[in-house]
Amino acid sequence: MKKLEIIIRPFKLEEIKEKLTSLGITGMTVLEVKGFGRQKGHTEIYRGAEYQIDLVPKIKIEVVLEESLLEQALRIASDAAKTGKVGDGKIFISSVDNALRIRTGEDGINAL
Amino acid sequence: MNAADTVFIIMSSAMVMFMTPGLALFYGGLTRSKNVLGTIMHSFIALGIITLVWILWGYSLAFGSDIAGLLGGLDFLGLAGVGPQPNPDLAANLPHMVFMIFQCMFAIITVALISGGFAERMKFSTFILFIILWSTFVYSPLCHWVWGGGWMGELGALDFAGGAVVHMSSGSAALAAALLLGPRKGFGKQAFIPHNLPMTITGAAILWFGWFGFNAGSALAADGLAANAFVATHIAASTAALGWLIVEKIHRGKPTTLGAASGSVAGLVAITPAAGFVGPISALIIGICAGLVCYCGVLLKEKLAYDDSLDVVGIHGLGGIWGALATGLFASTAINSGGADGLFAGNPAQLGIQAISILATCLFTFVATFIILKFLDKTIGLRVSQEEEEQGLDLSLHSETGYKF
Repeated sequence: MKKLEIIIRPFKLEEIKEKLTSLGITGMTVLEVKGFGRQKGHTEIYRGAEYQIDLVPKIKIEVVLEESLLEQALRIASDAAKTGKVGDGKIFISSVDNALRIRTGEDGINAL
Repeated sequence: MNAADTVFIIMSSAMVMFMTPGLALFYGGLTRSKNVLGTIMHSFIALGIITLVWILWGYSLAFGSDIAGLLGGLDFLGLAGVGPQPNPDLAANLPHMVFMIFQCMFAIITVALISGGFAERMKFSTFILFIILWSTFVYSPLCHWVWGGGWMGELGALDFAGGAVVHMSSGSAALAAALLLGPRKGFGKQAFIPHNLPMTITGAAILWFGWFGFNAGSALAADGLAANAFVATHIAASTAALGWLIVEKIHRGKPTTLGAASGSVAGLVAITPAAGFVGPISALIIGICAGLVCYCGVLLKEKLAYDDSLDVVGIHGLGGIWGALATGLFASTAINSGGADGLFAGNPAQLGIQAISILATCLFTFVATFIILKFLDKTIGLRVSQEEEEQGLDLSLHSETGYKF
């Protein structure tokens, strides 16, 4: 099992959610987060004064999936999230030891 | 006594009362979320405290029988003699109580306006003592000078609805307070960004609505003059919003909603002294210029590095000064035969009188506020501790928070 942490521009959420779902991914967790990468922040203007905002709002999607879906999921997510401009986000991939469905006690891939 | 006038001024009083909670929202949205309640409380508590001051002694000091043109006498102490019958010296067409409560609402919002100058850092107990002292020793005398038969009114200074009494005074007081309290922790290093602009815009909308009571009601009758003031007020608010947005677009490239809200308030401030003395086209020019003047006024704070947290100096101080000068330029006896002609109607002397009223108001208010705050500083202290400031006033002063997640 692998876990993807997909950090994206907020307006891309719907598109990625739909595409991952149609790939057969059965669940995900979505978080509103703030952070910065190479994009750094943006400027905001209040009453004529400019402010540099370091932390930009992003969406983080956490998905755990079986390894056979990994390549396709990565491609779909990165294609959908891409605008080509700095600030498109990142995907972190890690291994997951096990999973447990609380209601039934199933574990492993059956719990996803 | 006139029934229509009485109804109109009672309704206007209610509208002016509504401006203070409106101001609370306007200011509350501009602060950081940890200080939203502390900021709202400054306005809301003024409704309680200043009402008490006003009925016990404030009204008498402002409108009691004149003492040397400087102060009202003690005849109306505790509202003695202020009943349902008119007082012909003040308003022969209204129950005396109606005149008193209309004026009460002005006294309340003036101290609430000052609180924007020291938002996010003042001790609550000090704030309460400050507004009691300020209302007694600054507002009541000034109100007497202009409207209570004092020297400024006798001199012929025109202030229809409170450009000097309410706006220049709160602006000057806010400047003194911002200088004495010093900047907020992190000023110049951190960005202090408004946490809820929709709240601020709701507040601006309530202010705009209430201002019709403030300015049109200042005609003290349901007549043509009230209609003139109503129309001039609306025109100036609209055009000042446009003026602010135009200069903002040129200066920073984007028109902002905060700019539209701030501009409309600037226009309302500037038209306040003029509303009953100028016609619609003059109001239009006063409004546009108010947007430009106050936009630049707000930028001054960065250049001069004083922390007037919510721009009371830039908007109410400078807007009030511009309004008083504009009244000296555009006033016309064709609009109000009880007023005077301004420069453009062939009476340059009026501009001089307006300038004197500006200097006197700003100087008196600034010095008196400085003395009051210096006294409070030496006795009970002005500011919350650094730790309380960091934690936010909502939690440290009021044990509550504005938002739960």
